[in-house]
Amino acid sequence: MAANLRLASTEAVARAPAAPAPAFSTERDLRLDLFRGVALWLIFLDHIPQNVVNWFTIRNYGFSDATEIFIFISGYTAAFVYGRAMRERGFVVSSARILRRAWQIYVAHIFLFTIFMAEIAYVAATFDNPLYAEEMNILDFLKQPDITIFQALLLKFKPVNMDVLPLYIVLLLFFPPMLLLLLRQPALALIGSAALYVLAWKFDLNLPAYPNGVWFFNPFAWQLLFVFGAWCALGGAQRLSGLMRSPVVLALAVLYLIFAFAITLTWYVEPLGRYVPNWLSEWMYPIDKTNLDVLRFAHFLALAALTVRFVPRDWPGLKWPVLQPAIRCGQHSLEIFCLGVFLAFAGQFIISEYSGGPLVQIAISVIGILIMIATASLLSWYKAVEGRSPSSRAKAANADLAGGEA
Amino acid sequence: MKRGMRSFIAFLAVFVTAAAVGAEEPAAVCDVPDSFVSSDTDLARVTAAIKEQKRLDISVIGTASSMLPGPNGAHFAYPAHMEDALKRLLPGIEVKVNTHVTPRTTTAEMAAGLKTILDQDKPALVVWQAGTADALQGIEPDDFHASLDSGLDAIQDAGADVILVNMQFSPRTESLLDVSAYADIMHWAAQQHGAVLFDRLGLMHAWADQGTFDLYAATKDYAMARKVHACIGRALASLIINAAHLDGEKLQTAH
Repeated sequence: MAANLRLASTEAVARAPAAPAPAFSTERDLRLDLFRGVALWLIFLDHIPQNVVNWFTIRNYGFSDATEIFIFISGYTAAFVYGRAMRERGFVVSSARILRRAWQIYVAHIFLFTIFMAEIAYVAATFDNPLYAEEMNILDFLKQPDITIFQALLLKFKPVNMDVLPLYIVLLLFFPPMLLLLLRQPALALIGSAALYVLAWKFDLNLPAYPNGVWFFNPFAWQLLFVFGAWCALGGAQRLSGLMRSPVVLALAVLYLIFAFAITLTWYVEPLGRYVPNWLSEWMYPIDKTNLDVLRFAHFLALAALTVRFVPRDWPGLKWPVLQPAIRCGQHSLEIFCLGVFLAFAGQFIISEYSGGPLVQIAISVIGILIMIATASLLSWYKAVEGRSPSSRAKAANADLAGGEA
Repeated sequence: MKRGMRSFIAFLAVFVTAAAVGAEEPAAVCDVPDSFVSSDTDLARVTAAIKEQKRLDISVIGTASSMLPGPNGAHFAYPAHMEDALKRLLPGIEVKVNTHVTPRTTTAEMAAGLKTILDQDKPALVVWQAGTADALQGIEPDDFHASLDSGLDAIQDAGADVILVNMQFSPRTESLLDVSAYADIMHWAAQQHGAVLFDRLGLMHAWADQGTFDLYAATKDYAMARKVHACIGRALASLIINAAHLDGEKLQTAH
């Protein structure tokens, strides 16, 4: 029992090697860190509306975007870390850790909200233009700070670009029973998740938002991607590996990506739009991000299939120094995600307050990513230092550092 | 971002007549890329009204961004400029523009009020500005889509053509108010109903990119707002002329 506990706590510090022969892989898959890191950069770039660098982000080349990558990998890592905890320490302990993680993300979200409020209070105080008399009504909520702040604490009032963390919180809150099911009856868990997704579409299930409407990322729909990621982490990926090697799957994935690219092109080059037959537009549009449209989900699957095929787990590139910054950012995803949201606010603020030229936009994008990398390196350094100091070792093990990376 | 691309095709730009509208109005010069004032969809009802009845009745329906605050705001807002430009471009045709602008009305409310307006104005063309109030109030995109659908049906059942006008490009409030989902819905709804879309959002974005207007500016002055509305009004008039295939000869004589 004691040995077991010690084993579990050292392993909680993630990359610890070799656990006693579980059914699923125990070594941290650096590809996850790499792609999550890249996704965090893309989310940062996409959150600055006026940015020429956005032309390089994947949402301009197909249906899905960095959000899908982020949520899938988050599900994968959550299952990877807490799945092991649940096997070794039981339901109660692992659930407690998952809920603590949800709490940390909640606190991070409220912190970001505070920064956001400061920004809009500034805009409200300084910006005036008769042309935008109508749009300025958006600041009305500042007249009722009591209600607004309360609604924000309830996760009902969510400013633009602050929708991902609340989704993540809700997904984690319901993760303990789902994880239990995934460990015992993985197929049933996946079917249940898909069924919930279908029900969400059929009955328009979503959570209410303030002052009106519903959540931008519908948790009932997006849970499918999270659970699918978790399912892959708990052995699903191995089950799919045969399928992934099939040339038919490869061909389908490539064809679908080409199709998505062609359709996306018609959004930007208007004259091409007339080559899209009406029946196809009617069937295809709108491609709904809120409810994780099937076309988006399929696009993510196609991307993932190609990635798994061409970037194997032991790909030597994962050791290349040039990829380490992205990997490092992916390993501290919560902190770097929050930092990215903040940097996007700040970048947008600079662009609208001072100058918005393409050079400034490029500079802001590059500097933002450099700050993200520097911060991730600093966090790694802290972790290494804390891990080395003998007095803190026991503490660090208890402090759920693995959860810190889920 | 979709609209940022428009600046790349700005070489397509045509020059919209910069003739001053009204003596007190500063002459606004604004390049309008061709794609904003042309459409694959025809305004057949407008063409027929002009050719057969020698008149053009237009109803403008919208919210606060279809008017300007301040004294005599309606006079400086885009519907008035559109009317003036059409009168100039269509000599001998009786052009009448009725505006029904109510701040803070959602698309559902506007759609509900359409019947009265259609009965009363009997327009050949409805210019329907929508989306901003819905985005402000966080109306569910699906509901917004349904309201647009029912409104477009009502207008087309009444035998009128439609131009949908989407939101203004407002860079200062962009981080607070995301209108893109609503803009996309307007795009699809126009396509599905064979209505014309006037992409005000894209056009103002192109102006900001080209430096035509400093839309970031904080000012209490009405001058820029009036110029923007003048340019929008004239661009709308060009779109109507083009989509109704009113021949170029007439355009020439109108100068």
